[in-house]
Amino acid sequence: MDARRLSRAVPRVRQVGFFTPNTPAQQPQPQSAAPSSESPPLSDSPASNSLSPVMIPPPRHLSDNLGGRTAAVPVPGRENSGELPTVGSYNPSESVLWLDSPPRSRIGDEELSEGAESSLGWYRRSDSAKFASSLPSGGFKLSTAKHPGSVAAVEAKNPLPEQSEAQKEQASSSKPLKAKTTKAERRALQESQRAAKAASRAEANKSGTPGGAPSSKPMKQPPQKKDGPPVASSIAASERIGVDRSVEKERKKDLPPPRKQFDDESRGGRAKRRSVLNQPEARNRVELFRHLPPHKNGTQLPYLGSKFFELHEKHPAVYKVGLQYLAGDLSGGNARCIAMLQAFQEAIRDYSTPPEKTLTRDLTSKIGGFVSFLIECRPLSMSMGNAIRFLKSRIARLPLTLSESEAKTTLCSDIDRFINEKIVLADKVILRHAATKIRDGDVLLTYGSSCVVEMILLYAHELGKQFRVVVVDSHPMLEGQKLLRRLVVKGLSCTYTQLNAISYVMHKVTRVFLGASSIFSNGTVYSTVGTASVAMVAHAFRVPVLVCCEAYKFHERVQLDSICFNELGDPDAISKVPGRVDVNYLDNLTDKQKENLELLNLKYDATPSDYISVIVTDYGMIPPTSVPVIVREYRKEYLLI
Amino acid sequence: MPDTQALVNDFLNKLKKRKIEGSQATAKQTAELLRSVISQTRMPYTNQAAALIHSVKAVGERLIAANPVELAVGNVVRRVLHIVREEDLSLTTAAMAGLNLSAESDDEDDTDRDNHPALSAAAIAAASRSTLRPPSLQTLLEDVPDSAAVPHTSSSGGDSEGKSKSADKSSRSRKLKHDVIEAVNELIQDISTCHELIAEQAVEHIHQNEVILTLGSSRTVLEFLCAAKEKKRSFRVFVAEGAPRYQGHLLAKELVTRGLQTTLITDSAVFAMISRVNMVIVGAHAVMANGGVIAPVGLNMVALAAQKHAVPFVVLAGSHKLCPLYPHHPEVLLNELRSPSELLDFGEFSDCLDFGSGIGAPLLHVVNPTFDYVPPKLVSLFITDTGGHNPSYMYRLIADYYSADDLVLERRTTSGN
Repeated sequence: MDARRLSRAVPRVRQVGFFTPNTPAQQPQPQSAAPSSESPPLSDSPASNSLSPVMIPPPRHLSDNLGGRTAAVPVPGRENSGELPTVGSYNPSESVLWLDSPPRSRIGDEELSEGAESSLGWYRRSDSAKFASSLPSGGFKLSTAKHPGSVAAVEAKNPLPEQSEAQKEQASSSKPLKAKTTKAERRALQESQRAAKAASRAEANKSGTPGGAPSSKPMKQPPQKKDGPPVASSIAASERIGVDRSVEKERKKDLPPPRKQFDDESRGGRAKRRSVLNQPEARNRVELFRHLPPHKNGTQLPYLGSKFFELHEKHPAVYKVGLQYLAGDLSGGNARCIAMLQAFQEAIRDYSTPPEKTLTRDLTSKIGGFVSFLIECRPLSMSMGNAIRFLKSRIARLPLTLSESEAKTTLCSDIDRFINEKIVLADKVILRHAATKIRDGDVLLTYGSSCVVEMILLYAHELGKQFRVVVVDSHPMLEGQKLLRRLVVKGLSCTYTQLNAISYVMHKVTRVFLGASSIFSNGTVYSTVGTASVAMVAHAFRVPVLVCCEAYKFHERVQLDSICFNELGDPDAISKVPGRVDVNYLDNLTDKQKENLELLNLKYDATPSDYISVIVTDYGMIPPTSVPVIVREYRKEYLLI
Repeated sequence: MPDTQALVNDFLNKLKKRKIEGSQATAKQTAELLRSVISQTRMPYTNQAAALIHSVKAVGERLIAANPVELAVGNVVRRVLHIVREEDLSLTTAAMAGLNLSAESDDEDDTDRDNHPALSAAAIAAASRSTLRPPSLQTLLEDVPDSAAVPHTSSSGGDSEGKSKSADKSSRSRKLKHDVIEAVNELIQDISTCHELIAEQAVEHIHQNEVILTLGSSRTVLEFLCAAKEKKRSFRVFVAEGAPRYQGHLLAKELVTRGLQTTLITDSAVFAMISRVNMVIVGAHAVMANGGVIAPVGLNMVALAAQKHAVPFVVLAGSHKLCPLYPHHPEVLLNELRSPSELLDFGEFSDCLDFGSGIGAPLLHVVNPTFDYVPPKLVSLFITDTGGHNPSYMYRLIADYYSADDLVLERRTTSGN
C-alpha cells in the first residue's frame, strides 16, 4: 500500500521549485473557493502564505482514500456556488491558523504528520475540502463513462435527502464550524460520489454517512482523509485503485474520440462555412493560409445576420456577443470567453424545451448553433473551445430526472463557477505567483496587451516594488499603446518601443512577462503574433521568459508551427498605420499591382517551448514540459466541476 | 579654396541634419566632395602626397564628426586616402626604377612602423599585417625587380609617404593629382554601379520557386530580386514591413510593380513565417571588419529567427559599406535614436511624455533606434560587388580597400601631423 501510495502520489502532487517549504499546499484553492469574501486577496501579504507549490490535482488518489468514508452526496457543484461566500468568509482565520500550524508544505507531508497534528486536523480538512471541491476526480468521470445509467440514477436519487441532511448539520454547528464543515462536506460529497461510482456504491454510502458529518466529529476526519489507515477501508481503497487503473486505461482509449469529435466538428463546420463565405474575398489571400477562414470585417455583419436568421433561432445575448467579436470590440481570450459564457447563460435562462424533445439534446444542439454563429463572427480561441466543451459536458451530464428549471439553474451556476474559478480566481492566484518573481530594480518587458500581465504589473506596483516596464508593441494591433496608457496612468514608469527594437531594449531587461492565448500540450505557447520573436530574442539574451496563462487555456492539441492553425486578421489593416499619414505607399495600387500583392495579417504565433523559462498558471509555476500533465489532470477536473 | 569650403560646409550641414538618406548616396556625395577638395588642393613641390592626405584628412574628419553613425562617410574618406597613397606609391616605384633606396627612407619606414602600436584595437589586425610585411617587402624590393613588387605593396601605403620625398619631380606633381582624381572618379563609378554588380550574382543564389524573406527596403535588395526575376526565375518574396518606417511597403510596391509575387507581412509575423522561407536576403547599413552588420532595426530578430530555422541569412553590401573598424558595443555606440513621434502620437501621450513624476524622472520613455547589430555568427553570406564572402573573411576583404594607417583618422592626424 505504502509503496503504491508513494508511486501514485509523487507524480500528482508536485511542488515546483521556488517555494518556501512551509507554504500550504492548498493555498490556491482557498482562493478559488473564496470569490467574494476574501475580496482583497491581493492584500494578503504574499510573504506570509501565498505562493503555493504546484499541485497537479490528485483526484483519484483522493477519492480512493476518502471516498469510502465520506457522505455520498453527489454533484457538489450545484450547491457549491451557493455556498462560496460563506466558505470564503472564513479564509482569513484559516490563513492565520495556517501560519500557526507547523510547516506542512504538501499533501504528502500532511499525510505523514497527520497523526501528530490531529488537533489541527480539521482546519486542514476544511482546506482540503475546498481543495477537493475544485479538484473533482477522474473516478467520477470514468465511472460515468462506464455506467452512465447508474450514475444518473445515483445523482437523481441522492441529492436532495443528502443535501438536506448536510444542511441540518451545518445549521446545528456554530458558524465558523459551519463554514468549514460545509467545505469538508462538499469534499466529502464529491469523494463519496467518486467512490460510489468507482467501486461499490452501497459500501460508500454506508461508510460515508458517519464520515459525512464532519461538523460533529471533526477530529476523526484527518486520519481518514488521506492517510487512509491501512485497515479495512484501505484495502478497499487499494482494490479500487486497481480497478481504477484498469478503468483508466479504458478511459484513455475512450477519451480521445470526444476530443477529436469536437475538433472534427469544428473543422468540418469551418470548411462548410468557408465555402459559403469566402467567395467575396477569395482574391488576395495568401497561398500558405488558404486552409484558414478569411478575416471577416464588420461589413459582412448584415449578411451574417440574415444568414443566421435563416439557419437558427438566435438569442439576443449571443447575437450581441457575436457582433462584438466581429467588430473587434471584444478582444483578449478571457474577455471573449467570459462574454461568451455569460451570453450562453442568458440563453439558457430563456430557454424552454420544445415539446417532444429532451432538454439535454436540444440544448446541446442549440449551444452548437450559438457556437457556430460565434465562429462565423470570429474563430474561437482555444480557451473558448475548452469552455464550450465544459458546458456541453455539463449539459450531457444533467440527470434526466431534473426538472427543466432545476437543470437550467444548475447549468447557470456551473457557468458562473467556471468563470469564477477558472478565470477570475485563477488570475488572482497567478498574480501572486508572478509577483514573487518581481524584485526591486527589475526591468520587466511585456509584449502586446495581456490582461493577466497587466494585473501582475499593477499588483506588483501596489506591493510597492520598484521596477520599470518595457512595453513592446507591434503594428497593426498596437494594443501596447492602450496598455501603456493604463500603466502610465497608474504611475508605473514605462518604456515604449516597437517589436523591431527588441534587440536594443533587451540588454537591460531582467524579466519578460508574456500572456498566452493557449498553451499546447507539447509546451508550445500560442499567443499574439510577435510573442515568439520576443521570447526568442529574450532567450538569445539569456533573459528569463515567464508566460502567464490560466490553466483552462491549456489544450491537448500539439502544434509545431504557426501556419497549420492560426487566425487571419484584416489584411487591409496592414497597409494603414494609425497616426502616420506619411505611410501611404500602398494606397493607390493599380489592379495589376494588387494582383501580385498579398497582405498577410496573422493573429497568433506559436512559441517553441525552448524559449519559455516558466509558465505561471493557477497551479503554480511549471516548466513547459509539465503542460501535458496539467492538461491530462485538468481535463478530468473541468469536465466534472 | 573658398568654394570647396562652402561645399564642405553645405555637406556637413546635410549630414548633421540627416538630410541624406542611405549609405550609397552619402558615399557618393562624400567621394564627389573629396574629389573637389583634392582638385583644389595646392600642391607643394615636395611631399605632395602628404599634402593631399593632409587636406583630405582634414575634411574627412569633419565629415565623420558630422555623422559618426553614417559609416559610409568614413569608409569613403579612407578609401580616398588609400587611393592617394597607392597612386603615390605606384608613381614612386615607377620613378624609383633607376634610383637606389636611400638610407633615410629606411629610417622613415621604421618610424612609421613604430607608430603602429599606437593604433587602436580596431586597427590591430590590419596593422599587424602591415608590420609583418615590411621586412619581406624590403627583401622583395632589394631582390626583385620593382614591377613585380608593386602589387604586393599596394596595401602598405605607409611607406610611400616617406619615399615620396626622395622622388620629387615637377612633372610628377601634376600626374599624381591627376591620377588620384581619376581613381576617385573610378570609386564614384564603383559606388553607383555596385547594385548592378551585386545583382548580377542573383541568379547564382535564387532558384526556381524559392521563398525569400526581406525586411524593410533596400535598393540593393530590390535590384537583386529584380535581376533574378529578369532571368526568368519565378519565386515568391515575403516582405516584412520594417516598422516604424514601414519601408517594406515601399519595397513591396516596387516588387509588385515589377511583377514579383509579393506578400507583405508584419514584423511580428517574421518568426511565424520564417519556417517556410528558403532564404533571407537583406541590405545592410554597414559591414564591420569582424563580419558583423549594422543593419536596419529589426534585422537581429530576423537573423535569430533564421538561425533557429537554419535559413540562410544573406547580406547584400556594396563595397562602400565595408567598414574597416571593429565594433565595440555597436548596438548603442553605432546607433541613432529617431523621433518618438514615429511610434507614439504626441497628442495622445503628451501628458505623460517627459512630465516629471514625484521623483522627477519622466514616466514614459520612447525608444526608437535606427539600427540593429547582427553579429557575424548569424550571417551566412555576404554578397558584395566582388562576390560572395564569409563573415570571417570580411577583414581580409576590407584590407584590400583601406590602408592600415587610415583606420583611425583622428588619432593619426593629431599624432602624425
